[in-house]
Amino acid sequence: MDEKIKKFCSIRFQSIIKKEFMQIKKDPASLAIALILPVMLVLLLGYAMNTDIKNINLAVWDQSQTKESRELIQVFTRQNDFHLFSYTHSYNEIDYLLDKGDIHTALIIPKDFSKNIKTDTSTVQIIIDGSDPTYAKEALSRSQNLLLNYSTSIQTKMLERNAINEKSLPIKSETNILYNPTMESLNYNIPALIGLVMQEVILILTAFAIVREKEHGTMAQLIVTPIRPLELILGKLVPYIFIGLLSFAFVLIVGIWWFNVSIAGSIYLLIGLSILFLIASLAIGLFISVIANNQLQAMYMAFAVILPSVILSGFVFPRETMPTFIQMLGGLIPLTYFLEILRGIFLKGVSLDILWLQSIVLLTFIVITCIATASRFKKQL
Amino acid sequence: MSEYAIICEGLTKQFGQIIAVNSINLKIKKGTIYGILGPNGSGKSTLIHMLCGVLPQTSGYGSVLGYDIRKDPEKIKQRIGYMSQKFSLYLELTVLENLQFYGEVYGIKKDKLKERIKHLVEITGLSDRLNQRSGTLSGGWKQRLALCCALLHEPDFLILDEPTAGVDPVSRRIFWDIIQSLREKEVTVLVTTHYMDEALICDEIGFIYFGRLLVNGKPNEILKQHHVETLDELFIKLVKQEEASSIFQKGSV
Ligand SMILES: Nc1ncnc2c1ncn2[C@@H]1O[C@H](COP(=O)(O)OP(=O)(O)O)[C@@H](O)[C@H]1O
Ligand SMILES: [Mg+2]
Repeated sequence: MDEKIKKFCSIRFQSIIKKEFMQIKKDPASLAIALILPVMLVLLLGYAMNTDIKNINLAVWDQSQTKESRELIQVFTRQNDFHLFSYTHSYNEIDYLLDKGDIHTALIIPKDFSKNIKTDTSTVQIIIDGSDPTYAKEALSRSQNLLLNYSTSIQTKMLERNAINEKSLPIKSETNILYNPTMESLNYNIPALIGLVMQEVILILTAFAIVREKEHGTMAQLIVTPIRPLELILGKLVPYIFIGLLSFAFVLIVGIWWFNVSIAGSIYLLIGLSILFLIASLAIGLFISVIANNQLQAMYMAFAVILPSVILSGFVFPRETMPTFIQMLGGLIPLTYFLEILRGIFLKGVSLDILWLQSIVLLTFIVITCIATASRFKKQL
Repeated sequence: MSEYAIICEGLTKQFGQIIAVNSINLKIKKGTIYGILGPNGSGKSTLIHMLCGVLPQTSGYGSVLGYDIRKDPEKIKQRIGYMSQKFSLYLELTVLENLQFYGEVYGIKKDKLKERIKHLVEITGLSDRLNQRSGTLSGGWKQRLALCCALLHEPDFLILDEPTAGVDPVSRRIFWDIIQSLREKEVTVLVTTHYMDEALICDEIGFIYFGRLLVNGKPNEILKQHHVETLDELFIKLVKQEEASSIFQKGSV
């Protein structure tokens, strides 16, 4: 008799699973939200997260009005590095356009531009709006590159004219960009977005799983039965793993087919480790559900995890540049490891040789959270 | 094995300043139908929660079916049936789904469970409502369902907290017929009620007021002892006495 009470009872465990599925079935609207919302979010945020800077608006004040000056403008706008927004005729005009945000960069070519080229003393002025560092850096590097190339080509021509045939530069570079050769931000952002969205939906879904029963009063009956905390917690976990997986599949399909993000690594590894992450998120949700007294509290706690994780996980900014303490905080969030896994598999095609550490961390998360949840859950009023 | 289903010795529960259950001494023999009476807020539910092993006492000792309520609450839970004052089954599930769920939660095997459900829905008259959503049942029917759930695993001890409050006479009759039929199986029943006719059916009753057990014994003997005709009369008398003495006590502090 005593033995029977101590043992994990699969009938009781299964009864919870069955009941959860029944309740989910009776509330199809919630199920639909759980399945459709992630897809909508990935679609919406996927477009919003496109951080590739296409062309930068440029104003030109061409005081020189010569063949050379027009050639320089050509160089700037030829390959869509800059978009020629307008020609201006004064600093005031340029200031006004910068203030308004119509342009990010202005190119000012002085009167004696072509004359001075011959004596190697020509200068042009470039004004950059530095308020958005990303844009500013991009504008700076593009304009410097273009100017350098243009200078080199002029120099080459002059050397040719002087019958010197030394055309080659002392050092040539051969750059090879790995993993994401076109450097499109979508390839980097969409995998991470999938992780973030899954975490959000799963966490909110399970954060209510137990606290709902407290609030509805049904927990008062359950705690008087012989059900064991672990049977209850795991029984609640299983149905949500299914929903989470289904939802994950939808989101993955959107990422791959709609945004054309390809998986460099093994899809099986991706799915396997995603299940690990799903369970870790579910476990955190259940833990919240156990410590919260009502659904509102659970909601706040879920957000207290979700919002910081957007930044701390390295979803938006690289973690390397964060202060050590903040990095450590980020280390407490499963999403951090899952992002490394997602980016690793999607972009670099790495396998478990590289990702074993992240996988073990996720596994540890699951075990600790489940134990914490089961021991925090008291069969008491 | 002890001959008592319940033993309380100085059992006390305090919520901050409020002493909800105040040093109760009580022994209930196995197979007894014991009725607890007392006005709202007198501590009946609190006492029951402690006996069910879901609310740790502040002080004192309590045992149910020989198990210490503080040390062995899980063993108690395996063997008691409990029906709470507030309906606490799943409103969105049907009658049958609720019964099946609770049957499985008690670890009852499939065939046995089927048989138990069939028997219980027959005696409670729920047979025609098996597929009705529990939330749409009216008061009396909800209570019948809750009673079925509490009896599924054939508990040795049944605890009912105001099972017939706000319930129609027919349902009340069915309830008490079932409770009385449990005598044959030597099931102990602890039931709280506000109805004096129900109290008279009990083998023994106790009256709780402000967390204290004022009277305890067989209904007829209690009437004789206190020289009153009806239980109503007795309880009004007791409440007045207590109020007078509590005013006196407050005055003296
Ligand atoms: N969880 C609680 N916290 C604080 N006070 C409580 C709590 N539960 C019950 N009480 C108080 O204890 C007293 C007894 O309540 P209860 O046992 O529900 O009475 P009854 O069931 O006899 O109506 C009441 O004064 C009630 O307000
Ligand atoms: Mg009560």
